[in-house]
Amino acid sequence: MTVTDTMKRLLLALLFITGASAAQARLEIEIVQGNAAQLPIAVVPFQWRAAGQPPITGVASVVSDDLYRSGLFAPMDEKDMVDRPVDAESIKFGTWRLLKTDYIVIGQVNDSPSGSGFDIVYQMFDVHTQERLLSQITSVGPGDLRFGAHRVADAIYEKLTGVPGAFATRIAYVSATGEGDSLQYELVVADADGFNPITVVGSPEPLLSPSWSPDGEKLAYVSFEQGNSAIYVQEVATGARELVSSGKGINGAPAFSPDGTKIALTLSRTGNPEIYVRDLRTNDTRQLTQHWAIDTEPTWSPDGRTIYFTSDRGGRPQIYQVPASGGTAERVTREGDYNARASVAPDGRSIAIANGRGNEYRIAVWELDHGRLRILTPGVLDESPSFAPNGSMILYATREGSRGVLSAVSADGNVRQRIILSEGDVREPAWSPVIR
Amino acid sequence: MKIALRLLLALAVAFAVSACRKDTQPVEDTTPTPVEDTTEDVTTSAAPDPRDYTDARNFDNPESLLSKRVVYFDFDKSEVKAEYRSIVAAHAAYIASSSSAQVTLEGHADERGTREYNLGLGERRGNSVNGLLSAGGARGGQLDVVSYGEERPICRVSDEDCWWKNRRVEIVYTAR
Repeated sequence: MTVTDTMKRLLLALLFITGASAAQARLEIEIVQGNAAQLPIAVVPFQWRAAGQPPITGVASVVSDDLYRSGLFAPMDEKDMVDRPVDAESIKFGTWRLLKTDYIVIGQVNDSPSGSGFDIVYQMFDVHTQERLLSQITSVGPGDLRFGAHRVADAIYEKLTGVPGAFATRIAYVSATGEGDSLQYELVVADADGFNPITVVGSPEPLLSPSWSPDGEKLAYVSFEQGNSAIYVQEVATGARELVSSGKGINGAPAFSPDGTKIALTLSRTGNPEIYVRDLRTNDTRQLTQHWAIDTEPTWSPDGRTIYFTSDRGGRPQIYQVPASGGTAERVTREGDYNARASVAPDGRSIAIANGRGNEYRIAVWELDHGRLRILTPGVLDESPSFAPNGSMILYATREGSRGVLSAVSADGNVRQRIILSEGDVREPAWSPVIR
Repeated sequence: MKIALRLLLALAVAFAVSACRKDTQPVEDTTPTPVEDTTEDVTTSAAPDPRDYTDARNFDNPESLLSKRVVYFDFDKSEVKAEYRSIVAAHAAYIASSSSAQVTLEGHADERGTREYNLGLGERRGNSVNGLLSAGGARGGQLDVVSYGEERPICRVSDEDCWWKNRRVEIVYTAR
């Protein structure tokens, strides 16, 4: 039986397909736990002044949806808007006060004076003080109107919360569809709101551990397509890829350094998993840990000086840190039976981890300054936390029945979203950096 | 090794053809193939001693330990438990007796814990079996450890009834 299994795998390996094909399934996002104090805001439909037909879903409704999903805003429904002002002079502030909204956003979409693409021109006002809070033009290419809308949402979010938005970003995840021999793994990249999913790699063999380059243009990941684990780096836009590591034993857990010149990875060529750092320009590979324990899941501090990793050198898995230039490893997490797979907050002051107790695994944040553990999610099989580039949310993998789904939780634990793909088992999410 | 690979490829193609045939002609099982007849003749004419671990026929003999090729582990543990040591010893005896034997030890973990840590755990389990096989006479060049972590579960329900089946090392012969 096992021999035929090997043959089947060999056969499937021969049928391995790679390339970019559009995934059919799209992510649906819903709030399962909201914040009590949401800011009421009205994003009035933007006037379409460009030459072609307006898109079915307008810019304003993409903006409203983004703000709603953050859990911090209560955008007004379009059909409740009794008035649709386009310029500042025609806003009847008294009316909007009666509608109990605090902020109003108006705008228009024009053809770009450069001849290609669009200019989204918009303004935001405080309904109570009538003060103009924002007045901006966002220019986008011909196919990027949705992306432009996400940037508008980012600007509104930053103005009203003091934190840069993370709507104009992307997420990578692995989906598994089918059963048994027809099981197909896909590494998918989608906009942060689940739109525009693109299959970056498809394989009948497991794919895992996607990690973004700091410019958001490449993904490093682990693929079993050759029978053993191997690390690839692939350009998202072109599909061009490079085999980075496929030595004997484990080739796992790749993580780009913040400057993009190096990759931290796990190799077990010495007989057990150790952390290494590879310079992507010189291919020089340096061993960072040396211990009989399992050392894996390296991740970089934002300044690139420290590498956090998982090790069971103390008996059970805990997070340790080591200088990225080499040195002595020190234990970081000191509470809980099982702490693994750190994702460092963009401010470098906390790490999100998978925290296990008995058979229950939850996403938690370990505050590096105070040495305090905060559990953020209900469990029971939550893993793979990934911070949004603005630190506001943590994307993670969880289970619904026997199916893997994605969720996101705010860094304070107050807002939780469920992100559902229409089919398949979804896991291994990774939130992209801010895309310029 | 090259021949073994070529054989595997040929078998893989044959498997693909038969798999396709199954899809298109569901009534094929009414006519037994002559190949099956001859193998039956061999097994009935000379039944192997189940304790002769140098006899390759015992791989398909349910009476023999050689027919058992999966070793199970406790949660987050990689020691081979006493009850599986005799199975590993039987395979060590076979591998030591057959210089052409090539074995891949596929290490696996259950779904609890993180995927990359479980890759490490699967490898550690594979290494445990590797150590026992080597101690039993298998040569290093005959053995290979590959960890799949939690990526290839046998069973997909989130309870211990299922998890124990997934915490395993599969002893896979790529050549006998």
